[in-house]
Amino acid sequence: MNESMRSVTIARQIDRPSAKQFIDEMFEDFMEFHGDRMFGDDGAIVGGIASLNGMPVTVIGIQKGHTLEENVNCNFGQPNPEGYRKALRLMKQAEKFHRPVITLINTAGAFPGVGAEERGQGEAIARNLMEMSRLKTPVISIFIGEGGSGGALALAVGDQVWMLEHAVYSILSPEGFSSILWKDPTRVAEAAERMKMTAKDLLKNHVADRMFAEPEDGLEHHLPEVAGELKQALTEVLPELVDTDTEELLQKRYERFRQFGSFVE
Amino acid sequence: MNLFSKRKNYFSLDTPSEKKKTDRKKKEQGPSIPNGMWIKCNTCKMIIYKKEITEYKLCPSCGAHFRMTPAERIAITCDEGSFQEFDADMIPENPMEYPDYDKIIGKAQDKTKLREAVVTGRCKIEGNDAVIAIMDSHFMMGSMGSVVGEKITRAVERATEERLPIIIFTTSGGARMQEGIISLMQMAKVSEALGRHDAAGLLYVTVLTDPTTGGVTASFAMLGDIILSEPKALIGFAGQRVIQGTIHQKLPEGFQRAEFQLDHGFVDRIVHREELRGELGKILKLHQTGK
Ligand SMILES: [Zn+2]
Repeated sequence: MNESMRSVTIARQIDRPSAKQFIDEMFEDFMEFHGDRMFGDDGAIVGGIASLNGMPVTVIGIQKGHTLEENVNCNFGQPNPEGYRKALRLMKQAEKFHRPVITLINTAGAFPGVGAEERGQGEAIARNLMEMSRLKTPVISIFIGEGGSGGALALAVGDQVWMLEHAVYSILSPEGFSSILWKDPTRVAEAAERMKMTAKDLLKNHVADRMFAEPEDGLEHHLPEVAGELKQALTEVLPELVDTDTEELLQKRYERFRQFGSFVE
Repeated sequence: MNLFSKRKNYFSLDTPSEKKKTDRKKKEQGPSIPNGMWIKCNTCKMIIYKKEITEYKLCPSCGAHFRMTPAERIAITCDEGSFQEFDADMIPENPMEYPDYDKIIGKAQDKTKLREAVVTGRCKIEGNDAVIAIMDSHFMMGSMGSVVGEKITRAVERATEERLPIIIFTTSGGARMQEGIISLMQMAKVSEALGRHDAAGLLYVTVLTDPTTGGVTASFAMLGDIILSEPKALIGFAGQRVIQGTIHQKLPEGFQRAEFQLDHGFVDRIVHREELRGELGKILKLHQTGK
């Protein structure tokens, strides 16, 4: 198994700490809020307000379960449109009170279902991309596990994008890549490598700004330490971002995503 | 590149149909139709005399809207001679070092006589100035890579600077997988540019054409102030096979078609292709006062 496939496997492990576990470790007084005010409450998105060493923040995560029962409640971490709309509602609320937003991403992708299409999965993701790009408050997006395509990006238009060492982020799964592009479902590991989807790869092309190392014997045994590092990093970075002039903050966020592209004229 | 000098008389008969694969197979078995003069409509299965097809590229028998090239779209949309192309020479590099990506691109260029899957520019529509972007599904399924993202972003930024409306004709199978994560980033890039165009109080109209799916649906296709669609166009986020693999049951009749999107509130109007130019002209005229 190559390094990329190893990360894919680790990112997907059923006992990998969930967004909710990270939230409980990183913040104090987390209070969960529910619903998109339009259709319902999506268990795949967990969000609310909390305190980061006394600083009010809004935290939104994509939640995966450790058991079948948990996964039924959070749809295996695959949000429906109402999940993305709940996330946007909480982000707009954060903007109103000028609280920084921290998103924790761990999803194979947005849910591909009939109801999701009926309720506008595409519209929900699109709206988040546009609104996040101009949200007048700092946003930090942290990939803690899988980052599957548009369903991950819909919470990742941040001022900074951080990744845990074995988190991955890609346009589609390596399984999808190998079967669609190569018509060969057995070349998954090769696809994982080709797609440059690991934190190390993504640091190189600036899709990610920062990587946090994971202990060799498994993140699940060291959650407090790793969450503590993330907390420490947020505590260092956020005050400066909060004090940044909003126009400058938005300009930098614009440029961050504006730069991506590889072309000649 | 001058779009019009290279315009050629190829006909593509892709229509909103699920039967494409079998048709392709038939073609491989040898043409059952006298070559060149006749074609078969994928929707009504009628054999059509090519000369009966007008510049609107509709099936004379059932009215199906065949897929168009940017040149054909410009001809039926823009005032004659008004189209000025932007960034005509932009071609992709190979951000993921995907094997033979340049050859794959070269093949698509030869087939379509286009440089990439979108043509952008400014024009007049019934006397109204607008920036337009027209995607082409014949070029690698209209997939969105760096060039599609960059050309559309520049077109949007230009529209913002010059205080012009922008109209985007979408058609896309989704992301340009060969460009990996850079292709995903285009969704954010175009959307943020549209956010500024929107904040400047300017008009954005999307015209959804068959098929508009994946990352294009989940970004600029769904962000129009006004969203028009051609009849029966396939419009959705997730692919039908993926959804079927998840739910293990038959998809409802008309699922993800323009009419389905209208029913569910995601499209403002379904407009017949022959009416499109007139409707766009009217919309542009009604938005001129804010200028
Ligand atoms: Zn027909």
